Amino acid sequence: MSQTSTTMAATAPLAAIAAETPRHHPTVWSRFRRHKLALAGAIVLLLLVIIAIAAPILAPHPPNAVSLANYRKPPSLDYPLGTDTQGRDVLSRLMFAARISLSVGLVAVSIYVAIGTVLGGLAGFFGGWVDTVVMRVADMVLSFPSIIVIITIVSILGPSILNVMLVIGLMGWPPIARLVRGEFLTLRGRDFVTASRSTGAPNARIIFRHILPNATTPVIVAATFGIAQAILLEAGLSFLGLGVQPPTASWGNMLNGAQSITTLEELPWLWLPPGITIILAVLAINFVGDGLRDALDPRSRA
Amino acid sequence: MGRFLLRRIAISIPVLLGITVIMYIIVNMAPGDPVTALMNPEQMANMGPEWVEHQRESLGLNDPMPVRYLKWLKETATGNLGYSFVDRMPVNQKIGERIWPTLKLMLTVLVISVAIGIPLGIVSALKQYSFIDYLLTILGFLTVSIPSFFLALVLIYVFSLKLDWLPTSGMYTVGQPRTLWDSVTHMILPATALGLAQSAPIIRYTRSSMLETIRQDYVTVARAKGLNERAVTVHALRNALIPIITIIALNVPMLLGGTVIIEQVFSWPGMGSLAIASVQGRDYNTLMGINLIAAIMILLSNLLADVIYALVDPRITYA
Repeated sequence: MSQTSTTMAATAPLAAIAAETPRHHPTVWSRFRRHKLALAGAIVLLLLVIIAIAAPILAPHPPNAVSLANYRKPPSLDYPLGTDTQGRDVLSRLMFAARISLSVGLVAVSIYVAIGTVLGGLAGFFGGWVDTVVMRVADMVLSFPSIIVIITIVSILGPSILNVMLVIGLMGWPPIARLVRGEFLTLRGRDFVTASRSTGAPNARIIFRHILPNATTPVIVAATFGIAQAILLEAGLSFLGLGVQPPTASWGNMLNGAQSITTLEELPWLWLPPGITIILAVLAINFVGDGLRDALDPRSRA
Repeated sequence: MGRFLLRRIAISIPVLLGITVIMYIIVNMAPGDPVTALMNPEQMANMGPEWVEHQRESLGLNDPMPVRYLKWLKETATGNLGYSFVDRMPVNQKIGERIWPTLKLMLTVLVISVAIGIPLGIVSALKQYSFIDYLLTILGFLTVSIPSFFLALVLIYVFSLKLDWLPTSGMYTVGQPRTLWDSVTHMILPATALGLAQSAPIIRYTRSSMLETIRQDYVTVARAKGLNERAVTVHALRNALIPIITIIALNVPMLLGGTVIIEQVFSWPGMGSLAIASVQGRDYNTLMGINLIAAIMILLSNLLADVIYALVDPRITYA
């Protein structure tokens, strides 16, 4: 899934919106700053992260406090986004859900970046049968009908935050492995690697000191787009009831109630805010990813 | 061509076998024992533990997992996917009933996204860095950032509940003759919810492929010898479209995944909603079958893309 979005954005002309003649050796930050949408994305993302961290302070009500006297209330001063079918404050739940949804994205992607880097590094460094085995397994995982496999595994392990993170993490590594492998293949024959080897440097030093740092740029970009994908996937799973389980709020499971036509028609304040928040978060992360790619790797510009 | 095809199929077989091994292991992690899970507890108490043991033996459940896998593989290879744990229907039949609605939805989305994506991609490339180019890029980011199910909810809210133009769910209106118009109206919302996000990568790739082709020498030559711009575009287009085939095929897994949630939202009687019903009913045999069929669909689409690519691109020789 993540590879599609990564490659999808491969030739984005967005940078050109603000791309004036580059000054001599612009830094990563100054290049990123010129990408206005990326900057806007970074600000939105920062706000969401602050809201997530400060949710206990900012939220006007406890997120799971059931109040049967106040159920299905439309937005009011006391409840800015209304209350849900159990009288819980939608705004407070939205704020607490940011913690869950953002961390699912972050943790799931960290898992597959770790797996992908190790496997891709091994394949690229050692080559031969190690390479063949790793890449064939990557082909297999890429041919998995991922959502169907994910809902199968989640149904076996039981739906929970941890399992959703684990399963997305286990399914997402092949694109990262391919990136890292490619970087290793191009670098392992370079002179500086040969030089390092001739001084008697052990494999570990060559891998971690000389080759891996060069692979970080494409991995960071892919991981950023990956977080956006993972947030979408978590939302989808939780929407189906196969992800984060209530009463814990996630952006996806807050939309779960909208599967009923009456909720959809009569209580739009229940499902519009989480949906819009997901779009904002995912869009912000995708813009940041696009900006990072332009800033970190100017060669990839169209 | 025949040899290329054979070799290409030969590469897919180990991948498919690997997938079945991994899926078999996953499904076998499922808690519970198929025998006790299926038996009426009263009947089981009457029959005694020996009978249960006999059942396990006759179903082959006492064999080690590799043996069971090979037996399963043999049955699967002959086209027997086993029986549903829940309603005892053959899994073949269950999937057979559901596969056409899914294929119909996927094909419609594919056609729509190509029909939207390629022309817009060409426009984007021909007018590089113009207002419309930026607009399409931003719209592209937006469409891949909207969860398809949320888009579906908004579409149902606006077009079914508020405007009352289109039906909220299903493939046909129940209790009415199945007219073409009826099926079209049911198709519009689910196909739109899926198709918007699908066309974004096609726009993007058509754009970059077109930009790359336009800079090729033969296009400059065409222009230099005085061909008009329209003819030059057509010249470039033919080659620019070749890589798009791969992109469409690579998006099949995404599309298949998308149908799962969309089918559920629209009560579309396809494989995706069957998968979710099977998850809820812990019907692992059916799930295994759906996983297998879906994996075969993905491998076939990759195979098809490679073959078409080799057929249309004369630079690739299939020796």
